[in-house]
Amino acid sequence: MTLTTFWFIVIAFLWTGYFVLEGFDFGVGALLPLLSRSEADRRQVITTIGPVWDGNEVWLITAVGAMFAAFPAWYAHMLSGFYLPLFLVIIGLIVRGVGLEWRGKVTSRRELALCDAGIVAGSVIPAFLWGAIFGHMLYGTAAAAAVGGALSLTMATLHGAVFVALRTTGPVRARARRAALLVSAGAVPLAAVALPSLPGSSALAVPDWSASPFLWASALAAMATLASGAALIWRRREGWAFAATAGAIVFTTATLFGALWPAPMPGITVMEAASAPYTLTVLTWLGVIALPGVIAYQAWTYWIFRRRVSARSE
Amino acid sequence: MDALDLARWQFGVTTVYHFLFVPLTIGLGVFVAGLQTAWYRRTRKGGDGEHLLRLTKFFGKLFLINFAMGVVTGIVQEFQFGMNWSQYSIFVGDVFGAPLAMEALLAFFLESTFLGLWIFGWERLPRRVHLACLWAAVIGSNLSAYFILAANAWMKHPVGYEVVGGRARMTDLWAVLTNSTALAQVPHVVAGAFVVAGGFVIAVSGYRILREGSGGTAGLWRTSLRGALVMTAIAGIVVAGTGDQSARLLREQQPMKLAAAEGLRHDTSGAPFSVVPGLEVPDLLSLLAAHDPQAVVQGMDDIQRRYAASFGPADYTPNLPVVFWSFRVMIVFGMTTVGLSVLGLWLTRRRRRTAALPRWFARLCVLALPLPTVAIVAGWLLSEIGRQPWTVQGELMTAASVSPGVSLIEVAATLAGFTLLYGVLALAEGVLLMRHIKAGPEPMPVEPVPSDEARLTPTLMY
Repeated sequence: MTLTTFWFIVIAFLWTGYFVLEGFDFGVGALLPLLSRSEADRRQVITTIGPVWDGNEVWLITAVGAMFAAFPAWYAHMLSGFYLPLFLVIIGLIVRGVGLEWRGKVTSRRELALCDAGIVAGSVIPAFLWGAIFGHMLYGTAAAAAVGGALSLTMATLHGAVFVALRTTGPVRARARRAALLVSAGAVPLAAVALPSLPGSSALAVPDWSASPFLWASALAAMATLASGAALIWRRREGWAFAATAGAIVFTTATLFGALWPAPMPGITVMEAASAPYTLTVLTWLGVIALPGVIAYQAWTYWIFRRRVSARSE
Repeated sequence: MDALDLARWQFGVTTVYHFLFVPLTIGLGVFVAGLQTAWYRRTRKGGDGEHLLRLTKFFGKLFLINFAMGVVTGIVQEFQFGMNWSQYSIFVGDVFGAPLAMEALLAFFLESTFLGLWIFGWERLPRRVHLACLWAAVIGSNLSAYFILAANAWMKHPVGYEVVGGRARMTDLWAVLTNSTALAQVPHVVAGAFVVAGGFVIAVSGYRILREGSGGTAGLWRTSLRGALVMTAIAGIVVAGTGDQSARLLREQQPMKLAAAEGLRHDTSGAPFSVVPGLEVPDLLSLLAAHDPQAVVQGMDDIQRRYAASFGPADYTPNLPVVFWSFRVMIVFGMTTVGLSVLGLWLTRRRRRTAALPRWFARLCVLALPLPTVAIVAGWLLSEIGRQPWTVQGELMTAASVSPGVSLIEVAATLAGFTLLYGVLALAEGVLLMRHIKAGPEPMPVEPVPSDEARLTPTLMY
């Protein structure tokens, strides 16, 4: 495996980490009004992601930073090419971030409602747009963007609903389960439509789909894990259901990046876009040293806050 | 007005705005960690540290309100290079991307993850571990300053690279990370951030003292004031020392910026320092920039001629009034803050421990909030506008850096969007901070015994 290939996989890994982790943050934010009947409920829902959402978002900063360093031309063309969608993603992340951070520091009902509006809008918009951006990157059509966006939004929402069911007790937990079932009725068929087209979509790949068995296996695994996530939440196996929806996002992202290889954008191949071997070697050392540590201490955070959040909060 | 101009405005607006929050995050984080450390050490030995805990929580809350803004406005920065400056990104990515990736991996993860643990961990973590989480977070913040400033320094003084096929290629990471420009500007900017944060605490403490008089919790504010005065004074010395270092590097590496900051037209031996236009101190500039009163300092017109000869005809002079005046504002406002802190240290010296702080000084303290903030922003304007017309000194011009495919309308729309949103958020942040400062620290409950459920919800910190 060449350094370039290796770094393409690292970039895919970082995006995968981002989609899995911030995926449920987005879902939790999007479902906030549907899962809560009172301020105490809303607090309970938000507290499930309170300690971790900011750390999850850094996966995006790292993925984009690593693209800048390892594939400058890809970074530059993607960011300037998807100019307005990315502007809206950023606006979404800003209002969501301040909503989450300031929510506990404002006093009036109106200000709380404003923070919540920021959290909901700032979750729904980026969750949709990421799928739309990557859908468009693959096919270059508005229809693909719409389907991609719908898929990423529903998958994130399902993932978030399962996360809330896993992390709470009481009525919120029951509502989250119902929401998960409802959303999966949209997510599973959408995935069944969208994912099988991915293995044949790559610009440079031979249209013969049997030529990409990895992509097929990955797309099938994505659909299977997504469907089993829905089944598991029906059977109230929340932990397993969460593993399944996380798996569905992992396999979907793997399929996506598999389809992006080796020409992620029109006219740009990974080989041409890559930095020189010296930089990639330096980055490899950096990743090898730093990433295991990051994963370890983030996992520790989840361990510290592993207990379910109960309804009773001040 | 074309897309290039607006893209520059966008970079200026979003970066200066981002930079209103960052210094406070860097410095205030360390200050709060210091308070919590003092509380931890005091109470571990059975002493009474309640006032330190109250201060930790009070300034911790202000820190978090501000931290949120620093984080969300930082996202814009990383995306902006690719969005508005794609040609720049393609040219520099191989070199410039590495410190950015390092910043994310080594600093941002540390900062955000451990801050989350600190915010929600008051009742869940052992005290020692909880304190360590805050230190990990503030070390992350400070580390991020190093990486981003190393990247920025490379634009002013590119090292450890070669240009192959129209793209810069890194040849020596160590050279990039130990760039002389970085080693001078990192301590300069970080210490400047500590002056800003110190000024913030001085202003808040002064305001609370004015409000409460000598009764109430005046002792509380004396503690925070003293701490902040010490921090500001020490950081001020570092700022001055490293500023001197930076000036000397400018003479060698960015002569145009130095000449513009001084309004020096021609190469001059024994160059004078112009305090304001028309008032000059002979030989002082040479003395400052080279530590030799007779040294030659290059002038703008002569540099322009030399640059035109080697890089081709173009205007190589940055915006003169901005560079000239931002330099003076930086020095005067910064020094005034440090002077204020030294005066404060004298007024609160040990022998006067029991005396009330004079009200006139408490009033002056409030100035310590705007003064260093204006100074540090002026410093950035000097540094970045003074670099023009280059994005990478001697290698890439700003006009050649902009994204070719992004239209004027797109840049205008996003510039308007960011400016509008940023304006609203600035207002909200100001109101929130002021409200919490007015409310003062929350009273300490009498030995809280957290129940199982209560432990799962955040404490008053969030």
